[in-house]
Amino acid sequence: MDSELSPHAPGDAAPNWTLQPGAELDGFVLGERLHMGGMAVLWSVHRKGHTPQPDDLPLIMKVPRIKGGEDPTTIVGFEVEQMVMPMLHGPHVPAFVAKGDFTRQPYIVMERIPGDSLRARFDQAPLPPTEVADIGHRVAQALHALHRQNVVHLDIKPSNILFRPSGEAVLVDFGLSRHDHLPDLLEEEFALPMGTGPYMSPEQVQFVRNDPRSDLFALGVLLYHLTTGERPFGQPTSVSGLRKRLYTDPTPPRVHRPDTPPWLQEVILRCLEVDPAKRHQSAAQLAHDLLHPEQVVLTERAERMTTQGRLTTFKRWFKALGAEGEGQVSAGEQVARSPVIMVAVGTKTATPELDAKLLLTVRRILQIEPGARLACVSVMRVNRVGMDRLTDDQGRSLHVQQLVAIKHWARPLQQALDMDEQRLTFHVLEAPDTASALIEFANKNQVDHIVMGARGHSAMRRYLGSVSAQVVAEAGCSVTVVRV
Amino acid sequence: MKLALLSDLHANRQATEAVWAHACRQGFDRLVMLGDYVDYGADPAWTVDFARARQQEGAVVLQGNHDEAAAGEGNHGLSEHVLPSLRWTREALSTEQRQWLGALPLSEQLDQCLAVHANARHPEEWAYVQGRVEAIDSLQATPCQYVVCGHMHEQALYHLTMTGKTGAFQPTSGVTIPLSAARRWLAVAGSVGQPRDGNPAAAYAMLDMTQGSITFFRIPYDHDTAARRIEQAGLPAFFAQRLRDGQ
Repeated sequence: MDSELSPHAPGDAAPNWTLQPGAELDGFVLGERLHMGGMAVLWSVHRKGHTPQPDDLPLIMKVPRIKGGEDPTTIVGFEVEQMVMPMLHGPHVPAFVAKGDFTRQPYIVMERIPGDSLRARFDQAPLPPTEVADIGHRVAQALHALHRQNVVHLDIKPSNILFRPSGEAVLVDFGLSRHDHLPDLLEEEFALPMGTGPYMSPEQVQFVRNDPRSDLFALGVLLYHLTTGERPFGQPTSVSGLRKRLYTDPTPPRVHRPDTPPWLQEVILRCLEVDPAKRHQSAAQLAHDLLHPEQVVLTERAERMTTQGRLTTFKRWFKALGAEGEGQVSAGEQVARSPVIMVAVGTKTATPELDAKLLLTVRRILQIEPGARLACVSVMRVNRVGMDRLTDDQGRSLHVQQLVAIKHWARPLQQALDMDEQRLTFHVLEAPDTASALIEFANKNQVDHIVMGARGHSAMRRYLGSVSAQVVAEAGCSVTVVRV
Repeated sequence: MKLALLSDLHANRQATEAVWAHACRQGFDRLVMLGDYVDYGADPAWTVDFARARQQEGAVVLQGNHDEAAAGEGNHGLSEHVLPSLRWTREALSTEQRQWLGALPLSEQLDQCLAVHANARHPEEWAYVQGRVEAIDSLQATPCQYVVCGHMHEQALYHLTMTGKTGAFQPTSGVTIPLSAARRWLAVAGSVGQPRDGNPAAAYAMLDMTQGSITFFRIPYDHDTAARRIEQAGLPAFFAQRLRDGQ
């Protein structure tokens, strides 16, 4: 958390380290010193008496740099990280291994994620829009995985994002994070907003520390920078400088870079909305947009080429005077109220009765989940052998026909619930195996709940197994199977 | 050392049995009972015998204000509408049981933990730890890293840094909270026998001083039976209703 606004400058006070290569701490032997930051030093470590094996988890030890007894930023940040990290799991965070407390030598031993942080790529901005969307999608997936574990990161920036060789984004540095189920040690700590100046959300500037949509704002800043090479809100060093983002719009990316696709500008400017309620309501919903640009609903944001007039700025400045943050929503609650629901629509195989029942079930779910987004998915079977993709005219038209069919299916829903377009997306998947395609889509899009029909019973089905049975068995989320 | 923290049983046998069974399954090194075994509920003689048995097995058993009141005479500062329960409780206990309650200690220190019913500053005055101010006051009254208490029937966790910064937290049942060694902590265990936060489930906590962590629990129990026992005993009906409502 090398905050530009931290209450002290990360100076070069005398290092207190007796730590050096070969030194031993709680059974860990220090190797190379990998990194020396303002707040912490990273050492490569291995377990004492253990002959390194090729498939060992490579480890690092993070040791805070505490200067004297009056270094609250570092101490509290490290306490927070020591609390939060052991609670986290999954591919989007480094695996936690051990920690040492403040009575002797504070440290955290964790998995070492090889490679550079996003920082390296950042310096090469502007990047091509497809790469920006790909990075954004992977980071948004990681954020959703974190939010699902009841944690808001609150310090999303390039140097805190790494990537596994397999492609998943890994988030590091939880020194400013907030866990719904743990005390917030930073709550009363500082008089200044906590975060990194360029990335801090408006509500963070107003001391709100529990809204997961703050991380989407920071990701928006990051995507803006990757797209244009510019910072949307500069690099403020004062609180009044930070507060500017409460009442001034960022220059639209297309002004800096006219070839920015409208959908990308739409997504970025939506992330940068002052009111969290106007942003994507979950990181999964943002990830979905970045993965399916053709599905992004374009609003006035997409084409915007100017910022607001002076009068508007003045009005918003006046309104922002002394305004306090409102967001009293926790990560867990916000994730729970913004699920991605997926309905598998069988365009050819379904009976009218099953269609109607499926529609009714989805409608009930959407009625109790007003924050839900619905992805209507249909699989178009293609042969395992032969053409990979139906690129010829016939294939194209089949694809379109199927898309038309699922839109037709969803029409009554859209009307009955008065759903705006942002809540509804349509996808035709071309794949040889229906169940696998549905499961893969659900995983990739962090779907919370799959709703699908099952076509009754038959002897044949009992022996061969059904699509719904396979989805129920293999999907990573809840599945509702509708029967007539 | 892992401490099981049970407080404010309030003569509720059903809640005590449920919590005890859960705590035994969890496992612990030492039981700490933080007072108020009697009053409000229908089984004071049973909860007193339960606490005495645990004391004989080595548990720390502290006195609460209702224990002091039941052992003595007069109204002990309790408000008018709860006095029928106090009078009934005195009748329901033997002289020996009342003497035992009257002789219990107010606080005890176990390693780095100070255990007390109400607050660490003046345990005998029974003032509540209602918020940060009172929590700081208690923490400043002892050099111990942990203070545990009951008296307030809602679970809470307070912390205090060396620089005097403080924070309050409402715990979530079953989530183990690491307690940083860089600060000091005050835990209110909640009430086994008379929860008041709108959730009728019994409350207790486990403090693991070796690991440096605390886990608060909410344990559902047969509160209908406990409430019916209160009605059958002829105690005022609101004592029964508040168990059903957790209010």
